[in-house]
Amino acid sequence: MNYMKQQLDEEKVFKDPVHRYIHVRDRIIWDLIGTKEFQRLRRIRQLGTTYLTFHGAEHSRFSHSLGVYEIVRRITEIFKDRPHWDDDERILCLSAALLHDVGHGPYSHSFEKVFNLDHEDFTQAIILGDTEVNAVLKRVDDDFPRKVSEVIAKTYENKLVVSMISSQIDADRMDYLLRDAYFTGVSYGQFDIERILRVMRPKEDQVVIKQSGMHAVEDYIMSRYQMYWQVYFHPVTRSAEVILSKILNRAKSLYDEGYTFKLEPLHFISLFNEKVDLEDYIKLDEGIIQYYFQAWQEEEDEILRDLCERFLNRRLFKYMEFNPNVHMEDWHKLYTLFVKAGIDPDYYLIVDSSSDLPYDFYRPGEEEERLPIHLLTRKNEYRELSRESTVVEAISGKKRTDHKLYYPADLISQVEDKEIKRKISEILEL
Amino acid sequence: MLEHHARLIALFNYAREVVGRKKLQKMVYIAKKLEFPFCEKYQFHFYGPYSEELTLRVEELCNLGFIEETKEKVSGYYQYRYTLTEQGEQFLKHYDLDLEPLQSCVDSMNEQPSRILELISTILYFDHLSKDEIIEKVQKVKQKQKYTSEEIEEAFQYIEDLKTQKTVVS
Repeated sequence: MNYMKQQLDEEKVFKDPVHRYIHVRDRIIWDLIGTKEFQRLRRIRQLGTTYLTFHGAEHSRFSHSLGVYEIVRRITEIFKDRPHWDDDERILCLSAALLHDVGHGPYSHSFEKVFNLDHEDFTQAIILGDTEVNAVLKRVDDDFPRKVSEVIAKTYENKLVVSMISSQIDADRMDYLLRDAYFTGVSYGQFDIERILRVMRPKEDQVVIKQSGMHAVEDYIMSRYQMYWQVYFHPVTRSAEVILSKILNRAKSLYDEGYTFKLEPLHFISLFNEKVDLEDYIKLDEGIIQYYFQAWQEEEDEILRDLCERFLNRRLFKYMEFNPNVHMEDWHKLYTLFVKAGIDPDYYLIVDSSSDLPYDFYRPGEEEERLPIHLLTRKNEYRELSRESTVVEAISGKKRTDHKLYYPADLISQVEDKEIKRKISEILEL
Repeated sequence: MLEHHARLIALFNYAREVVGRKKLQKMVYIAKKLEFPFCEKYQFHFYGPYSEELTLRVEELCNLGFIEETKEKVSGYYQYRYTLTEQGEQFLKHYDLDLEPLQSCVDSMNEQPSRILELISTILYFDHLSKDEIIEKVQKVKQKQKYTSEEIEEAFQYIEDLKTQKTVVS
Protein backbone atom coordinates (compact mmCIF):
# COMPACT_ATOMS: atom_id res chain seq x y z
CA MET A 1 0.00 0.00 0.00
CA ASN A 2 1.14 3.56 -0.79
CA TYR A 3 2.93 4.90 2.31
CA MET A 4 1.04 8.20 2.10
CA LYS A 5 -2.26 6.37 2.52
CA GLN A 6 -1.09 3.92 5.18
CA GLN A 7 -3.13 4.01 8.38
CA LEU A 8 -2.07 2.75 11.81
CA ASP A 9 -3.72 -0.46 13.01
CA GLU A 10 -5.05 1.51 15.93
CA GLU A 11 -5.47 5.27 16.29
CA LYS A 12 -2.97 6.89 18.66
CA VAL A 13 -4.04 9.77 20.92
CA PHE A 14 -2.08 12.32 22.91
CA LYS A 15 -3.83 13.90 25.88
CA ASP A 16 -3.60 17.64 25.43
CA PRO A 17 -4.72 20.41 27.81
CA VAL A 18 -5.70 22.72 24.93
CA HIS A 19 -7.40 20.42 22.39
CA ARG A 20 -8.26 17.60 24.86
CA TYR A 21 -7.03 14.92 22.44
CA ILE A 22 -4.65 14.92 19.50
CA HIS A 23 -5.51 12.11 17.09
CA VAL A 24 -2.98 10.34 14.89
CA ARG A 25 -4.21 7.82 12.33
CA ASP A 26 -1.70 8.22 9.49
CA ARG A 27 1.45 6.11 9.59
CA ILE A 28 3.63 8.95 8.21
CA ILE A 29 2.61 11.36 11.00
CA TRP A 30 3.36 8.78 13.67
CA ASP A 31 6.75 8.09 12.08
CA LEU A 32 7.59 11.81 11.87
CA ILE A 33 6.75 12.29 15.55
CA GLY A 34 9.18 9.48 16.35
CA THR A 35 12.17 11.09 14.61
CA LYS A 36 15.00 12.43 16.74
CA GLU A 37 14.75 15.89 15.15
CA PHE A 38 11.10 16.14 16.19
CA GLN A 39 11.69 14.65 19.66
CA ARG A 40 14.33 17.33 20.23
CA LEU A 41 11.49 19.88 20.35
CA ARG A 42 10.53 18.45 23.75
CA ARG A 43 13.71 20.06 25.09
CA ILE A 44 12.96 23.55 23.80
CA ARG A 45 10.43 25.79 25.48
CA GLN A 46 7.84 27.40 23.27
CA LEU A 47 8.18 30.78 25.00
CA GLY A 48 11.92 30.98 25.72
CA THR A 49 12.50 33.27 28.70
CA THR A 50 8.81 33.90 29.48
CA TYR A 51 8.91 31.33 32.32
CA LEU A 52 10.88 33.90 34.33
CA THR A 53 7.79 36.13 34.28
CA PHE A 54 4.92 33.63 34.05
CA HIS A 55 6.20 30.56 35.88
CA GLY A 56 3.75 28.22 34.15
CA ALA A 57 5.19 28.88 30.71
CA GLU A 58 7.11 25.61 30.63
CA HIS A 59 5.39 24.14 27.57
CA SER A 60 7.54 22.96 24.70
CA ARG A 61 7.68 23.42 20.97
CA PHE A 62 6.83 19.72 20.77
CA SER A 63 3.36 20.22 22.25
CA HIS A 64 2.75 23.32 20.12
CA SER A 65 3.72 21.42 16.96
CA LEU A 66 1.31 18.62 17.84
CA GLY A 67 -1.37 21.25 18.46
CA VAL A 68 -0.89 22.88 15.07
CA TYR A 69 -1.07 19.45 13.46
CA GLU A 70 -4.35 18.72 15.30
CA ILE A 71 -5.95 22.01 14.19
CA VAL A 72 -4.97 21.38 10.56
CA ARG A 73 -6.29 17.81 10.84
CA ARG A 74 -9.65 19.19 11.95
CA ILE A 75 -9.66 21.79 9.17
CA THR A 76 -9.04 19.12 6.54
CA GLU A 77 -12.05 17.19 7.87
CA ILE A 78 -14.20 20.32 7.54
CA PHE A 79 -12.86 20.99 4.01
CA LYS A 80 -13.39 17.43 2.79
CA ASP A 81 -15.53 17.30 -0.40
CA ARG A 82 -15.81 21.11 -0.61
CA PRO A 83 -14.94 22.98 -3.82
CA HIS A 84 -11.32 24.21 -4.17
CA TRP A 85 -10.08 21.60 -1.67
CA ASP A 86 -8.04 18.70 -3.02
CA ASP A 87 -7.96 15.87 -0.50
CA ASP A 88 -4.73 14.61 -2.07
CA GLU A 89 -3.05 17.58 -0.34
CA ARG A 90 -4.16 16.38 3.11
CA ILE A 91 -0.97 14.53 4.09
CA LEU A 92 1.16 17.39 2.75
CA CYS A 93 -0.76 19.85 4.97
CA LEU A 94 -0.50 17.62 8.04
CA SER A 95 3.23 17.01 7.55
CA ALA A 96 3.93 20.72 7.06
CA ALA A 97 1.83 21.61 10.12
CA LEU A 98 3.69 19.12 12.27
CA LEU A 99 7.14 20.19 11.04
CA HIS A 100 6.65 23.93 10.69
CA ASP A 101 8.86 24.72 13.73
CA VAL A 102 11.22 21.75 13.60
CA GLY A 103 14.21 24.03 12.99
CA HIS A 104 13.74 26.09 16.13
CA GLY A 105 16.67 26.13 18.50
CA PRO A 106 16.90 26.97 22.21
CA TYR A 107 16.07 30.60 22.97
CA SER A 108 15.70 31.09 19.25
CA HIS A 109 15.14 34.80 19.29
CA SER A 110 18.40 35.75 21.04
CA PHE A 111 20.47 33.12 19.26
CA GLU A 112 19.28 34.25 15.86
CA LYS A 113 20.06 37.90 16.58
CA VAL A 114 23.50 37.31 18.08
CA PHE A 115 24.76 34.56 15.79
CA ASN A 116 23.05 35.72 12.63
CA LEU A 117 20.98 32.57 12.21
CA ASP A 118 17.49 31.89 10.95
CA HIS A 119 15.58 28.93 12.35
CA GLU A 120 13.67 28.70 9.09
CA ASP A 121 16.88 27.83 7.26
CA PHE A 122 17.34 24.94 9.69
CA THR A 123 13.72 23.85 9.24
CA GLN A 124 14.44 23.60 5.52
CA ALA A 125 17.74 21.82 6.17
CA ILE A 126 16.11 19.25 8.47
CA ILE A 127 13.39 18.54 5.92
CA LEU A 128 15.69 18.40 2.89
CA GLY A 129 18.96 17.18 4.43
CA ASP A 130 20.32 13.85 5.62
CA THR A 131 17.98 13.44 8.60
CA GLU A 132 15.44 11.01 10.02
CA VAL A 133 12.67 13.45 9.09
CA ASN A 134 13.83 13.50 5.47
CA ALA A 135 14.02 9.70 5.37
CA VAL A 136 10.39 9.42 6.51
CA LEU A 137 9.16 12.03 4.02
CA LYS A 138 11.02 10.33 1.18
CA ARG A 139 9.02 7.17 1.76
CA VAL A 140 6.11 9.01 0.11
CA ASP A 141 8.27 9.90 -2.90
CA ASP A 142 11.56 11.65 -3.63
CA ASP A 143 9.85 14.98 -4.29
CA PHE A 144 7.70 15.02 -1.15
CA PRO A 145 10.30 16.65 1.17
CA ARG A 146 10.59 19.55 -1.29
CA LYS A 147 6.82 20.06 -1.26
CA VAL A 148 6.70 20.08 2.54
CA SER A 149 9.58 22.54 2.69
CA GLU A 150 7.85 24.83 0.18
CA VAL A 151 4.59 24.85 2.12
CA ILE A 152 6.50 25.90 5.25
CA ALA A 153 8.51 28.50 3.30
CA LYS A 154 5.20 29.77 1.84
CA THR A 155 6.46 29.33 -1.70
CA TYR A 156 4.31 26.32 -2.60
CA GLU A 157 2.14 26.94 -5.66
CA ASN A 158 -1.13 25.98 -3.94
CA LYS A 159 -1.69 29.08 -1.83
CA LEU A 160 -4.73 27.60 -0.11
CA VAL A 161 -2.49 24.95 1.45
CA VAL A 162 0.03 27.61 2.51
CA SER A 163 -2.66 29.79 4.07
CA MET A 164 -3.78 26.97 6.40
CA ILE A 165 -0.32 26.89 7.96
CA SER A 166 0.59 30.53 7.51
CA SER A 167 -1.79 33.44 7.13
CA GLN A 168 -3.31 36.03 9.40
CA ILE A 169 -5.67 33.39 10.77
CA ASP A 170 -3.77 30.14 10.62
CA ALA A 171 -3.41 26.98 12.65
CA ASP A 172 -0.02 28.06 14.02
CA ARG A 173 -1.33 31.25 15.61
CA MET A 174 -4.56 29.71 16.83
CA ASP A 175 -2.65 27.01 18.66
CA TYR A 176 0.04 29.20 20.19
CA LEU A 177 -2.41 31.82 21.41
CA LEU A 178 -4.58 29.25 23.18
CA ARG A 179 -1.61 27.24 24.45
CA ASP A 180 0.41 30.23 25.63
CA ALA A 181 -2.66 31.69 27.38
CA TYR A 182 -3.32 28.34 29.08
CA PHE A 183 0.23 27.83 30.32
CA THR A 184 0.91 31.42 31.35
CA GLY A 185 -2.39 31.40 33.21
CA VAL A 186 -3.71 34.60 31.63
CA SER A 187 -7.39 34.88 30.80
CA TYR A 188 -7.23 37.18 27.78
CA GLY A 189 -5.95 34.68 25.21
CA GLN A 190 -9.20 32.76 24.95
CA PHE A 191 -11.36 32.62 21.81
CA ASP A 192 -13.82 30.16 20.36
CA ILE A 193 -11.65 28.03 18.08
CA GLU A 194 -14.44 25.49 17.46
CA ARG A 195 -16.59 28.24 16.02
CA ILE A 196 -13.78 29.60 13.84
CA LEU A 197 -13.02 26.16 12.42
CA ARG A 198 -16.70 25.61 11.62
CA VAL A 199 -16.95 28.83 9.59
CA MET A 200 -13.69 28.40 7.64
CA ARG A 201 -14.15 27.83 3.92
CA PRO A 202 -11.54 26.92 1.28
CA LYS A 203 -11.31 29.26 -1.69
CA GLU A 204 -9.06 29.35 -4.72
CA ASP A 205 -5.98 30.71 -2.97
CA GLN A 206 -6.86 31.31 0.67
CA VAL A 207 -9.01 30.24 3.58
CA VAL A 208 -11.89 32.65 4.13
CA ILE A 209 -14.35 33.01 7.01
CA LYS A 210 -18.12 33.02 6.66
CA GLN A 211 -19.43 36.41 7.71
CA SER A 212 -21.57 34.80 10.40
CA GLY A 213 -18.32 33.93 12.19
CA MET A 214 -17.06 37.49 12.34
CA HIS A 215 -17.47 37.87 16.10
CA ALA A 216 -15.44 34.76 16.83
CA VAL A 217 -12.68 36.18 14.60
CA GLU A 218 -12.90 39.54 16.40
CA ASP A 219 -12.26 37.67 19.62
CA TYR A 220 -9.24 35.95 18.08
CA ILE A 221 -7.82 39.29 16.89
CA MET A 222 -8.39 40.82 20.32
CA SER A 223 -6.65 37.90 21.97
CA ARG A 224 -3.66 38.35 19.65
CA TYR A 225 -3.43 42.01 20.55
CA GLN A 226 -3.77 41.39 24.28
CA MET A 227 -1.31 38.52 24.38
CA TYR A 228 1.27 40.61 22.58
CA TRP A 229 1.34 43.42 25.10
CA GLN A 230 0.58 41.39 28.22
CA VAL A 231 2.69 38.28 27.60
CA TYR A 232 4.97 38.28 24.56
CA PHE A 233 6.25 41.78 25.11
CA HIS A 234 6.24 41.83 28.89
CA PRO A 235 9.08 44.13 30.03
CA VAL A 236 10.42 41.58 32.54
CA THR A 237 10.62 38.88 29.87
CA ARG A 238 12.41 41.38 27.66
CA SER A 239 14.84 42.07 30.48
CA ALA A 240 15.73 38.38 30.63
CA GLU A 241 16.00 38.31 26.84
CA VAL A 242 18.35 41.31 26.91
CA ILE A 243 20.61 39.60 29.48
CA LEU A 244 20.57 36.35 27.50
CA SER A 245 21.65 38.21 24.34
CA LYS A 246 24.42 39.92 26.25
CA ILE A 247 25.68 36.58 27.65
CA LEU A 248 25.95 35.26 24.11
CA ASN A 249 27.58 38.49 22.91
CA ARG A 250 30.10 38.38 25.75
CA ALA A 251 30.96 34.72 25.25
CA LYS A 252 31.49 35.30 21.53
CA SER A 253 33.58 38.40 22.14
CA LEU A 254 35.80 36.54 24.63
CA TYR A 255 36.21 33.66 22.21
CA ASP A 256 37.20 36.08 19.43
CA GLU A 257 39.80 37.65 21.75
CA GLY A 258 41.34 34.24 22.43
CA TYR A 259 40.16 34.08 26.06
CA THR A 260 40.70 30.69 27.71
CA PHE A 261 37.43 29.38 29.13
CA LYS A 262 37.61 27.09 32.14
CA LEU A 263 35.07 24.92 30.38
CA GLU A 264 35.76 24.83 26.67
CA PRO A 265 32.51 25.90 24.95
CA LEU A 266 32.53 23.05 22.43
CA HIS A 267 28.84 23.37 21.59
CA PHE A 268 29.25 27.07 20.82
CA ILE A 269 32.35 27.02 18.62
CA SER A 270 30.56 26.69 15.30
CA LEU A 271 28.12 29.42 16.46
CA PHE A 272 31.00 31.74 17.38
CA ASN A 273 32.54 31.15 13.95
CA GLU A 274 29.13 31.62 12.29
CA LYS A 275 29.60 28.30 10.50
CA VAL A 276 26.90 26.19 12.05
CA ASP A 277 26.24 22.90 10.35
CA LEU A 278 23.06 20.93 10.83
CA GLU A 279 24.69 18.27 13.00
CA ASP A 280 25.95 20.86 15.49
CA TYR A 281 22.66 22.72 15.45
CA ILE A 282 20.55 19.66 16.24
CA LYS A 283 22.70 18.99 19.32
CA LEU A 284 21.64 22.29 20.86
CA ASP A 285 18.81 22.37 23.36
CA GLU A 286 18.04 24.33 26.50
CA GLY A 287 19.69 21.76 28.75
CA ILE A 288 23.02 22.23 26.97
CA ILE A 289 22.79 26.02 27.05
CA GLN A 290 21.91 26.17 30.73
CA TYR A 291 24.76 23.81 31.55
CA TYR A 292 27.21 26.32 30.04
CA PHE A 293 25.53 29.19 31.87
CA GLN A 294 25.96 27.28 35.13
CA ALA A 295 29.62 26.67 34.34
CA TRP A 296 30.23 30.27 33.23
CA GLN A 297 29.20 31.47 36.69
CA GLU A 298 32.66 30.26 37.72
CA GLU A 299 34.54 32.06 34.91
CA GLU A 300 37.33 34.58 35.50
CA ASP A 301 35.62 37.13 33.27
CA GLU A 302 33.58 39.33 35.57
CA ILE A 303 30.98 40.36 33.00
CA LEU A 304 30.22 36.84 31.75
CA ARG A 305 30.10 35.55 35.32
CA ASP A 306 27.73 38.30 36.45
CA LEU A 307 25.38 38.04 33.46
CA CYS A 308 25.05 34.25 33.82
CA GLU A 309 24.40 34.57 37.53
CA ARG A 310 21.72 37.19 36.79
CA PHE A 311 20.00 35.03 34.21
CA LEU A 312 19.97 31.82 36.26
CA ASN A 313 18.91 33.49 39.50
CA ARG A 314 16.50 35.97 37.90
CA ARG A 315 18.40 39.04 39.05
CA LEU A 316 17.21 40.99 36.04
CA PHE A 317 17.79 44.53 34.81
CA LYS A 318 15.40 47.30 35.77
CA TYR A 319 13.92 49.44 33.05
CA MET A 320 12.45 52.84 32.26
CA GLU A 321 10.42 54.25 29.37
CA PHE A 322 12.78 55.67 26.79
CA ASN A 323 12.00 57.97 23.90
CA PRO A 324 15.00 58.19 21.56
CA ASN A 325 13.73 61.50 20.24
CA VAL A 326 13.64 63.08 23.69
CA HIS A 327 16.31 61.15 25.62
CA MET A 328 19.10 60.86 23.07
CA GLU A 329 21.34 63.32 24.91
CA ASP A 330 20.61 61.55 28.21
CA TRP A 331 21.68 58.29 26.69
CA HIS A 332 25.02 59.74 25.61
CA LYS A 333 25.53 61.21 29.10
CA LEU A 334 24.63 57.89 30.72
CA TYR A 335 27.01 56.02 28.44
CA THR A 336 29.90 58.26 29.54
CA LEU A 337 28.89 58.08 33.22
CA PHE A 338 28.70 54.28 33.10
CA VAL A 339 32.24 54.15 31.69
CA LYS A 340 33.46 56.44 34.49
CA ALA A 341 31.67 54.28 37.05
CA GLY A 342 33.39 51.15 35.73
CA ILE A 343 30.17 49.59 34.40
CA ASP A 344 30.55 48.52 30.78
CA PRO A 345 27.64 50.25 28.94
CA ASP A 346 27.85 47.86 26.00
CA TYR A 347 26.62 45.11 28.34
CA TYR A 348 24.70 47.03 30.98
CA LEU A 349 22.91 49.88 29.19
CA ILE A 350 20.53 48.61 26.56
CA VAL A 351 17.72 50.18 24.57
CA ASP A 352 15.11 47.65 23.51
CA SER A 353 12.38 48.43 20.97
CA SER A 354 9.07 46.78 20.14
CA SER A 355 10.41 45.94 16.69
CA ASP A 356 13.18 43.88 18.30
CA LEU A 357 10.55 41.22 18.87
CA PRO A 358 8.53 41.35 15.68
CA TYR A 359 5.08 40.04 16.21
CA ASP A 360 2.36 39.92 13.62
CA PHE A 361 -0.30 42.45 14.40
CA TYR A 362 -3.36 42.15 12.25
CA ARG A 363 -2.70 44.06 9.02
CA PRO A 364 -5.63 45.00 6.78
CA GLY A 365 -3.57 44.32 3.66
CA GLU A 366 -3.50 47.89 2.40
CA GLU A 367 -1.31 48.40 -0.64
CA GLU A 368 -0.92 44.65 -1.00
CA GLU A 369 1.51 44.28 1.86
CA ARG A 370 -0.05 41.18 3.34
CA LEU A 371 -3.12 39.16 2.53
CA PRO A 372 -5.79 40.18 5.05
CA ILE A 373 -8.55 38.07 6.58
CA HIS A 374 -11.48 37.98 4.20
CA LEU A 375 -15.10 37.47 5.24
CA LEU A 376 -17.39 35.67 2.84
CA THR A 377 -20.81 37.33 2.55
CA ARG A 378 -24.07 35.58 1.70
CA LYS A 379 -23.77 37.04 -1.78
CA ASN A 380 -20.46 35.18 -2.12
CA GLU A 381 -18.44 38.41 -2.03
CA TYR A 382 -15.24 39.08 -0.05
CA ARG A 383 -15.03 41.79 2.59
CA GLU A 384 -11.80 42.66 4.36
CA LEU A 385 -12.29 42.09 8.10
CA SER A 386 -11.38 45.57 9.39
CA ARG A 387 -13.88 47.18 6.98
CA GLU A 388 -16.68 45.16 8.56
CA SER A 389 -15.58 45.14 12.17
CA THR A 390 -15.15 48.38 14.09
CA VAL A 391 -13.36 46.46 16.86
CA VAL A 392 -10.69 45.18 14.46
CA GLU A 393 -10.47 48.54 12.70
CA ALA A 394 -9.72 50.21 16.03
CA ILE A 395 -6.90 47.77 16.80
CA SER A 396 -5.32 47.59 13.37
CA GLY A 397 -5.33 51.37 13.00
CA LYS A 398 -3.56 51.91 16.30
CA LYS A 399 0.20 52.09 16.04
CA ARG A 400 1.43 51.33 19.51
CA THR A 401 5.18 51.12 19.81
CA ASP A 402 7.48 51.18 22.75
CA HIS A 403 11.14 51.58 23.71
CA LYS A 404 12.69 50.78 27.05
CA LEU A 405 16.09 51.41 28.57
CA TYR A 406 17.44 48.51 30.65
CA TYR A 407 20.07 48.95 33.37
CA PRO A 408 21.42 47.10 36.46
CA ALA A 409 20.03 49.05 39.46
CA ASP A 410 22.08 46.94 41.90
CA LEU A 411 25.41 47.81 40.24
CA ILE A 412 24.49 51.50 40.16
CA SER A 413 23.72 51.44 43.88
CA GLN A 414 27.26 50.11 44.49
CA VAL A 415 29.03 52.92 42.58
CA GLU A 416 31.54 54.46 44.99
CA ASP A 417 31.91 57.90 43.40
CA LYS A 418 28.97 59.81 44.89
CA GLU A 419 28.86 62.47 42.18
CA ILE A 420 28.75 59.94 39.34
CA LYS A 421 26.18 57.90 41.22
CA ARG A 422 24.04 61.01 41.79
CA LYS A 423 24.13 61.96 38.10
CA ILE A 424 23.24 58.45 36.94
CA SER A 425 20.41 58.22 39.48
CA GLU A 426 19.09 61.61 38.42
CA ILE A 427 18.84 60.63 34.74
CA LEU A 428 17.36 57.21 35.53
CA GLU A 429 15.01 58.77 38.11
CA LEU A 430 16.16 56.31 40.79
CA MET B 1 21.95 52.04 20.03
CA LEU B 2 19.15 51.93 17.45
CA GLU B 3 21.57 51.49 14.53
CA HIS B 4 18.96 49.55 12.56
CA HIS B 5 16.56 52.44 12.89
CA ALA B 6 19.29 54.84 11.83
CA ARG B 7 20.00 52.85 8.66
CA LEU B 8 16.36 53.04 7.67
CA ILE B 9 16.37 56.77 8.30
CA ALA B 10 19.42 56.99 6.04
CA LEU B 11 17.43 55.26 3.30
CA PHE B 12 14.61 57.79 3.68
CA ASN B 13 17.20 60.54 3.64
CA TYR B 14 18.51 59.32 0.28
CA ALA B 15 15.05 58.72 -1.16
CA ARG B 16 13.61 62.07 0.02
CA GLU B 17 10.22 60.37 -0.14
CA VAL B 18 8.90 56.85 -0.68
CA VAL B 19 5.36 56.45 -1.98
CA GLY B 20 3.72 53.18 -0.97
CA ARG B 21 4.33 50.62 1.74
CA LYS B 22 4.75 47.83 -0.73
CA LYS B 23 7.42 49.82 -2.56
CA LEU B 24 9.25 50.49 0.69
CA GLN B 25 9.16 46.79 1.65
CA LYS B 26 10.63 45.75 -1.67
CA MET B 27 13.25 48.53 -1.76
CA VAL B 28 14.65 47.51 1.63
CA TYR B 29 14.61 43.85 0.63
CA ILE B 30 16.46 44.51 -2.62
CA ALA B 31 18.98 46.72 -0.79
CA LYS B 32 19.49 43.91 1.73
CA LYS B 33 20.07 41.42 -1.08
CA LEU B 34 22.64 43.83 -2.52
CA GLU B 35 24.43 43.41 0.83
CA PHE B 36 23.63 46.80 2.28
CA PRO B 37 23.51 46.41 6.07
CA PHE B 38 19.78 46.04 6.64
CA CYS B 39 18.91 43.32 9.14
CA GLU B 40 15.11 43.18 8.86
CA LYS B 41 13.95 39.60 8.59
CA TYR B 42 11.86 38.80 5.53
CA GLN B 43 9.50 35.96 4.75
CA PHE B 44 7.73 35.11 1.55
CA HIS B 45 4.11 36.26 1.56
CA PHE B 46 1.29 36.49 -0.92
CA TYR B 47 2.80 39.59 -2.54
CA GLY B 48 6.43 38.54 -2.37
CA PRO B 49 9.05 39.13 0.34
CA TYR B 50 7.61 40.98 3.33
CA SER B 51 9.08 41.96 6.69
CA GLU B 52 6.89 42.50 9.73
CA GLU B 53 10.01 43.76 11.50
CA LEU B 54 10.35 46.53 8.92
CA THR B 55 6.66 47.44 9.23
CA LEU B 56 7.04 47.75 13.01
CA ARG B 57 10.26 49.70 12.73
CA VAL B 58 8.67 52.19 10.34
CA GLU B 59 5.74 52.55 12.76
CA GLU B 60 8.25 53.28 15.51
CA LEU B 61 10.00 55.90 13.40
CA CYS B 62 6.66 57.56 12.68
CA ASN B 63 5.66 57.52 16.37
CA LEU B 64 9.03 59.02 17.31
CA GLY B 65 8.49 61.84 14.82
CA PHE B 66 11.51 60.90 12.66
CA ILE B 67 9.39 60.03 9.65
CA GLU B 68 6.12 61.46 8.49
CA GLU B 69 3.46 59.17 7.10
CA THR B 70 0.73 60.65 4.93
CA LYS B 71 -2.31 58.59 4.01
CA GLU B 72 -3.77 59.34 0.58
CA LYS B 73 -6.82 57.92 -1.09
CA VAL B 74 -5.97 56.60 -4.56
CA SER B 75 -8.69 55.08 -6.78
CA GLY B 76 -10.40 52.92 -4.18
CA TYR B 77 -7.51 52.20 -1.82
CA TYR B 78 -5.20 54.00 0.57
CA GLN B 79 -1.60 54.74 -0.22
CA TYR B 80 1.05 55.88 2.25
CA ARG B 81 3.72 58.46 1.57
CA TYR B 82 6.83 58.64 3.76
CA THR B 83 9.15 61.60 4.19
CA LEU B 84 11.99 62.29 6.58
CA THR B 85 11.37 65.00 9.18
CA GLU B 86 13.81 67.53 10.58
CA GLN B 87 13.92 65.52 13.82
CA GLY B 88 14.84 62.49 11.77
CA GLU B 89 17.68 64.42 10.18
CA GLN B 90 18.89 65.49 13.63
CA PHE B 91 18.75 61.88 14.87
CA LEU B 92 20.78 60.73 11.89
CA LYS B 93 23.59 63.14 12.83
CA HIS B 94 24.33 60.98 15.88
CA TYR B 95 25.46 58.16 13.59
CA ASP B 96 28.41 57.69 11.33
CA LEU B 97 26.93 55.47 8.64
CA ASP B 98 28.95 54.76 5.55
CA LEU B 99 26.10 54.08 3.15
CA GLU B 100 27.08 56.33 0.23
CA PRO B 101 26.66 53.62 -2.45
CA LEU B 102 23.05 53.23 -1.34
CA GLN B 103 22.14 56.64 -2.79
CA SER B 104 22.18 55.68 -6.47
CA CYS B 105 20.47 52.33 -5.86
CA VAL B 106 17.68 54.02 -3.90
CA ASP B 107 17.26 56.67 -6.60
CA SER B 108 16.97 53.99 -9.23
CA MET B 109 14.56 51.74 -7.28
CA ASN B 110 12.40 54.68 -6.32
CA GLU B 111 11.69 55.32 -10.00
CA GLN B 112 10.37 51.79 -10.52
CA PRO B 113 6.68 50.92 -10.10
CA SER B 114 5.99 48.67 -7.10
CA ARG B 115 4.71 45.92 -9.40
CA ILE B 116 8.17 45.67 -10.97
CA LEU B 117 9.90 45.84 -7.59
CA GLU B 118 7.68 42.94 -6.52
CA LEU B 119 8.99 40.95 -9.49
CA ILE B 120 12.62 41.90 -8.82
CA SER B 121 12.40 41.05 -5.13
CA THR B 122 10.71 37.73 -5.92
CA ILE B 123 13.50 36.84 -8.36
CA LEU B 124 16.05 37.70 -5.67
CA TYR B 125 14.15 35.61 -3.11
CA PHE B 126 14.79 32.55 -5.25
CA ASP B 127 18.36 33.46 -6.19
CA HIS B 128 19.63 30.14 -4.82
CA LEU B 129 18.00 28.47 -7.86
CA SER B 130 19.17 28.42 -11.48
CA LYS B 131 17.81 31.08 -13.82
CA ASP B 132 15.40 28.67 -15.50
CA GLU B 133 14.15 27.44 -12.14
CA ILE B 134 13.68 31.02 -10.95
CA ILE B 135 11.60 31.86 -14.02
CA GLU B 136 9.48 28.74 -13.52
CA LYS B 137 9.02 29.57 -9.83
CA VAL B 138 8.10 33.20 -10.50
CA GLN B 139 5.50 32.15 -13.04
CA LYS B 140 4.00 29.74 -10.49
CA VAL B 141 3.93 31.96 -7.40
CA LYS B 142 3.10 35.14 -9.32
CA GLN B 143 0.51 33.71 -11.68
CA LYS B 144 -1.94 36.51 -10.99
CA GLN B 145 0.55 39.26 -11.82
CA LYS B 146 0.92 37.87 -15.34
CA TYR B 147 4.50 39.01 -15.80
CA THR B 148 5.62 38.76 -19.42
CA SER B 149 8.87 37.08 -20.50
CA GLU B 150 10.20 40.53 -21.44
CA GLU B 151 9.46 41.91 -17.99
CA ILE B 152 11.17 38.96 -16.33
CA GLU B 153 14.22 39.31 -18.57
CA GLU B 154 14.37 43.06 -17.91
CA ALA B 155 14.15 42.37 -14.18
CA PHE B 156 17.18 40.06 -14.37
CA GLN B 157 19.06 42.74 -16.29
CA TYR B 158 18.00 45.40 -13.80
CA ILE B 159 19.40 43.34 -10.91
CA GLU B 160 22.73 43.10 -12.73
CA ASP B 161 22.71 46.86 -13.35
CA LEU B 162 22.07 47.54 -9.67
CA LYS B 163 24.96 45.27 -8.67
CA THR B 164 27.26 47.05 -11.12
CA GLN B 165 26.07 50.44 -9.90
CA LYS B 166 26.81 49.48 -6.33
CA THR B 167 30.29 48.20 -7.21
CA VAL B 168 31.18 51.31 -9.22
CA VAL B 169 30.12 53.68 -6.43
CA SER B 170 31.84 51.57 -3.75
